[in-house]
Amino acid sequence: MDEVELKRILWRSRRGLLELDLQLERFVAEVLPTLSDTELALYGDVLLLPDQDFLAYVNGASACPDARLEPMIERIRAAQR
Amino acid sequence: MSVPVRKFDAVIVGAGGAGLRAALQLSEAGLKTAVLSKVFPTRSHTVAAQGGVSASLGNSEPDHWHWHMYDTVKGSDWLGDQDAIEFMCREAPNVVVELEHFGMPFDRNADGSIYQRPFGGHMSNFGEKPVRRACAAADRTGHAMLHALYQRNVRANTQFFVEWMALDLVRDEQGNVQGVVAMEMETSEVYVFQAKATLFATGGAGRIFASSTNAFINTGDGLGMAARAGIPLEDMEFWQFHPTGVAGAGVLITEGVRGEGGILRNSAGERFMERYAPNAKDLASRDVVSRAMVTEINEGRGCGPNKDHVLLDITHLDPEVIKSKLPGIREISIKFANVDPIKAPIPVVPTCHYQMGGIPTNYKGEVIVDEKPVTGFYAAGEVACASVHGANRLGTNSLLDLLVFGKSSGNSMIDFIKTAPKDLPVLAMADVERSLARVERLNQQSNGTQVNDARAAMQATMQKHCGVFRFKDMLAEGVAKILEVEKMVKTIEIADKSKTFNTARLEALELENLIEVAKATMISADARTESRGAHVRDDAEDTPERPNGRDDANWLKHTLWHRDGNQLKYKPVTMKPLSVDTIALKTRSY
Ligand SMILES: Cc1cc2nc3c(=O)[nH]c(=O)nc-3n(C[C@H](O)[C@H](O)[C@H](O)COP(=O)(O)OP(=O)(O)OC[C@H]3O[C@@H](n4cnc5c(N)ncnc54)[C@H](O)[C@@H]3O)c2cc1C
Repeated sequence: MDEVELKRILWRSRRGLLELDLQLERFVAEVLPTLSDTELALYGDVLLLPDQDFLAYVNGASACPDARLEPMIERIRAAQR
Repeated sequence: MSVPVRKFDAVIVGAGGAGLRAALQLSEAGLKTAVLSKVFPTRSHTVAAQGGVSASLGNSEPDHWHWHMYDTVKGSDWLGDQDAIEFMCREAPNVVVELEHFGMPFDRNADGSIYQRPFGGHMSNFGEKPVRRACAAADRTGHAMLHALYQRNVRANTQFFVEWMALDLVRDEQGNVQGVVAMEMETSEVYVFQAKATLFATGGAGRIFASSTNAFINTGDGLGMAARAGIPLEDMEFWQFHPTGVAGAGVLITEGVRGEGGILRNSAGERFMERYAPNAKDLASRDVVSRAMVTEINEGRGCGPNKDHVLLDITHLDPEVIKSKLPGIREISIKFANVDPIKAPIPVVPTCHYQMGGIPTNYKGEVIVDEKPVTGFYAAGEVACASVHGANRLGTNSLLDLLVFGKSSGNSMIDFIKTAPKDLPVLAMADVERSLARVERLNQQSNGTQVNDARAAMQATMQKHCGVFRFKDMLAEGVAKILEVEKMVKTIEIADKSKTFNTARLEALELENLIEVAKATMISADARTESRGAHVRDDAEDTPERPNGRDDANWLKHTLWHRDGNQLKYKPVTMKPLSVDTIALKTRSY
């Protein structure tokens, strides 16, 4: 993935909710460097979710209706364990 | 040096509730309006607000703006300005209904009117009994508010500059505000946004503390920019705290945990609340619990390698009770403290939540310095101090503040822009150059301090010396320490000097704003030798003349911290409302 996109993704991992900031901080540090370009693009799409929905999916409070995004949300969730 | 200049009628820094509400006013009046935001507007921190927004609609039972005003003045511990408070409480029903018309999906009663719920501190008939005054959209009030306002702004042709960071305010030789210097994140290019009127709506600075409920974005940029431009900051010693956030993370543990039998323990495993509140113990009021926790930590009985937190123990509760009565707490604890509370206690610490102080304004959103408006400069929302929250904010009054003062500052800007000369004046370059020099220093710095180290030092100093409960000696030491940290910040260095979305550079620039807020807070708190609202000191004694340590004879006044020489000046509290009688001083008790 090109450098600009990657760095844009890093900045966009800053959110409006502390709980997301904290969980993405861990994910970005530990998992992001291992992702393929396709996976990075998928993570980029996950970042377009509204914060409250995003948090609910990551916390497992509700299921993500978009099956395409679900595996990436699961990886974010897994990074917290 | 030549810098590209973009020209507008109005430039607004911040796309949270306050910035969006103001922008709407301006764009709908047909003015060319730019809104800058570090993040996509609907990801502003307003998205975190769940509780609701207050207005005396009286949809479920009788209510009146005058009662709302009384609660707000009392909540503020009489430090709020009564003209601004009257204005806000009277306007509340209008701005809430207006928001409903903008498409805000409020919870509703069977008859279709907005549903209202009870909330701490909301009372009818001047403090008599609780009243339902909070309006909410499920548990997503802030989120829904941002969406409604954003959509409406798009329709009104507001021009958004998303992922732009304002760096500094631009003032001319007379002090008139001409706009801001801002950086486009994608390229690190610096531009001037010149406008007839400039509004700061950059939100709070909760990240000055080690433990904060605020997202990482809340770095007080508007306060830093204002301070560097010679604007004083008002009442910065007043911050609202929650007693129990997860140590090191800031995520709140609801007070219900103590209600279900949670026990606070120190490093010796002692249930220390028995000493501070023999009857209520762990169920004592927020203030008492916070004070006890901080005293334990200060006296060396804190837990962990840095002895900087205490433990909240629920290991004695039936795991089934934890799962059924405290859902979420176990998950929060496992995730953010790495502790399963069924097996081990949760590390907790008092946690900063809301900033009452800010850029001094009147209820029209005009920035006021030396009793006069600063020409062309406005502020609204958490960054501003109108002052409606005084020494302590009433729950749900913050979202209301965004709507009321976002709108009123928008209106003031419209009036001002209409009378201003058609052409923008020649741009004054001194502040622009000062800002460019700041960016350049960062690019050139070597052998300096790491941003993370300086930020951690600042946060630890604020948490330890200027937290929820304050000690005279600790404050004095804290002033010296924070000035040392400031020296570190002056030499912060970044390894990555690249141009595109350089998060390291942005964080360094943010830290230069945070440190201004930290200094203002510590120095203002050290000087205010009374207890009032959220500012509570051990040496302010509870006497008949000074109930709860509040010293009206000497301290019924607003602090104004000036960056230049760290000078403190004071101005009187406005006790006279716009149309009704003064709400006279009383002891604040609930
Ligand atoms: C967890 C939580 C729950 C809360 N719940 C409630 C509640 O129920 N009711 C209530 O009344 N209050 C509540 N509050 C308080 C309330 O949410 C905030 O005070 C309020 O949302 C602040 O809004 P704002 O518009 O001033 O700023 P924000 O919403 O913080 O927006 C700031 C904007 O400024 C932009 N910005 C900042 N710096 C720059 C810069 N340098 N350049 C460009 N853009 C910049 C940001 O990108 C953002 O768009 C809560 C707060 C928290 C933390």
